Order: sequence, then structure tokens, then C-alpha cells
Amino acid sequence: MNARVLVAKPGLDGHDRGAKIVARTLRDAGFEVIYTGIRQEPALIARMAAQEDVDIVGLSILSGAHIALTRSTVAALKEANVGHAKIIVGGTVPEADIAKLKELGAADVFPTGTRMEDLVSRCRALVEERNKPLNERRQGQRRNAAFPGAVRR
Amino acid sequence: MSAGRASAETLLSQAQSGDEAALGRLLSLVEKGGEPAQEISRHCHPKTGGAFTLGVTGAPGAGKSTLTSSLATVLRERGFRLAILAIDPSSPTSGGAILGDRVRMATHAQDDDVFIRSMATRGNLGGLSVATSGAVRVLDAAGFDWIIVETVGVGQVELAISRAADTTLVVLNPGWGDEVQAAKAGLLEIADLFAINKADREGTEQTERELRQMLSLRSSQSDWSPSITCTVATRGESVETLLDNIIEHRQWMEENGELDERRASRAWSELEQLVIARLVREASEMLTPGNHPDLARDLADKSTDPVTAAAALHKSHFPKRTAG
Repeated sequence: MNARVLVAKPGLDGHDRGAKIVARTLRDAGFEVIYTGIRQEPALIARMAAQEDVDIVGLSILSGAHIALTRSTVAALKEANVGHAKIIVGGTVPEADIAKLKELGAADVFPTGTRMEDLVSRCRALVEERNKPLNERRQGQRRNAAFPGAVRR
Repeated sequence: MSAGRASAETLLSQAQSGDEAALGRLLSLVEKGGEPAQEISRHCHPKTGGAFTLGVTGAPGAGKSTLTSSLATVLRERGFRLAILAIDPSSPTSGGAILGDRVRMATHAQDDDVFIRSMATRGNLGGLSVATSGAVRVLDAAGFDWIIVETVGVGQVELAISRAADTTLVVLNPGWGDEVQAAKAGLLEIADLFAINKADREGTEQTERELRQMLSLRSSQSDWSPSITCTVATRGESVETLLDNIIEHRQWMEENGELDERRASRAWSELEQLVIARLVREASEMLTPGNHPDLARDLADKSTDPVTAAAALHKSHFPKRTAG
């Protein structure tokens, strides 16, 4: 299946151990993981996601700025015609913010302490969902996946 | 995948007008293979020939990514648009991969005229993936001036890259006398140019001397003699010179018809690889364990032997061919 995941660290915190563990775990589960390093701007993360045509964009955030960074990454991905990629957020996310992140467009949230098995199985589920034939998905919402370039910059 | 609905033609024209998501999608479809990949190949092949493809290979840790990034900087200073294909190995057990070459190419992250794509080998040997040539074809058709293909770090027999690139650059390091010895096995034959990278380290001159000696011994019909450039990629030192040498090789190939010859034989060898890949797939389907319980039992109780059984099996599946 060869699902592709971008693991990115937006914002200013430089703690990348979590991101690296996630990258290795997903690799060992058979994912192709594009690792980008620390301190990435949302616009550049979106550009990488476009070039690499990933199924999932993983954001590792420990700075507390997860709401703002997720919001701007979701916007940047749409801007770069990769609105079809699923966003997952990991890091120090308080329980109360999970719903908010999902509302902003995160497909799933993995706060500190998430079991790696859960991470893997939920990522697999996201990829399966993305690969479902067009007619099985809700109309309209997925238009850009069928025509990635339909919305011009 | 649903994006197959956007035709290859549409995606390609979007890619040509700078839509990186469309180009990214094309490359994924090429990697996936099958009918969409064929359609893309059909559309792209006639539009190729504008880009010059440089292959960068060498041992792990030699500085291929950093050198590729520095070369990209110099190419950009000279006004070229370029694409980089960075290839990393897939894990043989899980099939997964960590593709981390981009980390060393971060200086180009904001440059709209540098497109970077990471590829996993997906089980292919020789430092490239099966889809590398197809990916180069898409990037060429998309209109880049230069394409740099950075291979997996390899030791001795890294021949695949010379079948996917116009010019092959081999990256070595100082103090690698033994590696240079080992290089006799393969790298020496495929190198059009050498870079001795990390040349601020001890042993650069000796490595260069040994390499020159080795090159003088090689029996080559070509009148091109590979240049050696000592570089410090992290500081960009002598990378200008390296690019000049690469361009000199390009001009030499253009003048004597070598470039056209190489490109023609490259297309043929890609065809060979693809046919072989199909046959291997066919054979492994034929050999699915459980399909031949009788044969397995006969082998186990020694009423037949592997050589005889292989010949019989081959004959029964391909009756028109003579068993070897």
C-alpha cells in the first residue's frame, strides 16, 4: 500500500524526540515517513506535503500553540492544493482542546501518552478512508482529491 | 485512487504551470504503477529531453545530500530551475522507510524553483527504486532545466544510477583508501566525475593521488577522463568548480553524440528492467507456496531434485520456451 506520512514540527519548540519516535514507529509499521526536522512554518509544511503527495500530515507540537499552528497548517494545505491530506496532531495537547482541534480540521489527535499501537492502527484507518472510492464518500467534500489542481492558487 | 480521474494530460499541464500538488500526484501515480503510470509515461515521453539529469552516488555518510544541496545553490545562482529526487532505502522487513534527506536541503525550502521529492527504494536493489526512471521522465516533461537524482548510500556495485542519469558523479571522502580500492569493483566504471568531499580533512591529497593512479589503470575505450574535484559541501567550497566540471562533461557528450547514445540506451535498459520486473512478478505468483503441494512433497522425500523440478515447472508454465 505504501502510505506516505509527513512528520513535521511547526513552531518554535525544538523538542523532536517525540516526532522521531513517531517516525520510527510508523516506518516499522510499513509507512514511508518523510521527516522534515524542527521549526517549520505551516506554509513550508504544506509545500512539502504537496511535493511529497502524502496521505497524512503529522504535526508534533509541544509549545502549547497547537490551536494556532493547526489552524494555519489546515489553511496552508488548502492553499497548496493538498486539502485532501489528513492532518494528525500529537504532543502536549490538553484533553479539553482535542474537540477544538478536530473542529479546526484535524483528523485525529494523539496527546502525550498515546500508545504506539493506537497511533499505528488509527493512521492505517485514516489511509484506508482516504483510499476509498470516490462514490463511497460524501459528495462535495472530496472534490479536490479527485482533481488536486482544480483549485488554483 | 480517485485522482486517476484527473487525466495525465491535465495533471501534467497543471504541473507545467507550477502546481506542485499536481506534480506530486503524478510522481505517486508513477510509483504505484499500472494503467495510470502507463498513461503518464505515454504523455511525458515525447516531451522529454529538455532536462539534464545528474546522478549523485557514493557510500553512506559521504555527504551526497549536502553536496546535492550545494550544487542546487550554484545552479540557482546561474538561473536554472531544478528538481531533486532523493532516494532512501525501504526497510526489508516492514517495507516502511524514513526519508530524511530534505533535512539537509532546508536552504531551498522557500525557493519556488527547487522541487524536492523523496522516494523509497521499495525493495529494489542498486540504490534506486523501480520507478526512478519514470519519475525522471515526469520531471523532465514538467520543464525543469536540471534533475539531480541522489541515490541510496551504496558500497561497491552501484550500477543502476548510470542507467538513469546523463552524468554520474561519485562522492568519496578523504582517507578512504580502502574504499577507493573497493571502488574498482563498480564505482570506478560508472563515474563520469569524482568529488572528494569533506576535503578539509586529513588524507585528501593521498586519496586523490590513489584515485588518479587507479583511473590511469582503467581500461576505457572512452577519451573522457573523469575529473576529480575536492569539495567541502557544508561550506560550498569548490562546488562552483564541480558544477563547471559537470557542465564540461555535458558539453563533451553533446559534441560527440554520446549524450544521445546514452539516452537511447537508457530508454532500452529501462524497457529491459520493466520486462524483467513483470516476469519476476509472474514467476513469484506462479511459485506461491501451496500451489504445488505434490512437488514440495516430492522434494522433501527426495523423489525429485530442485534442478529437475525447476525445469519441469518452467516447461509446464511456458511450454513454448525451451527450459534452460
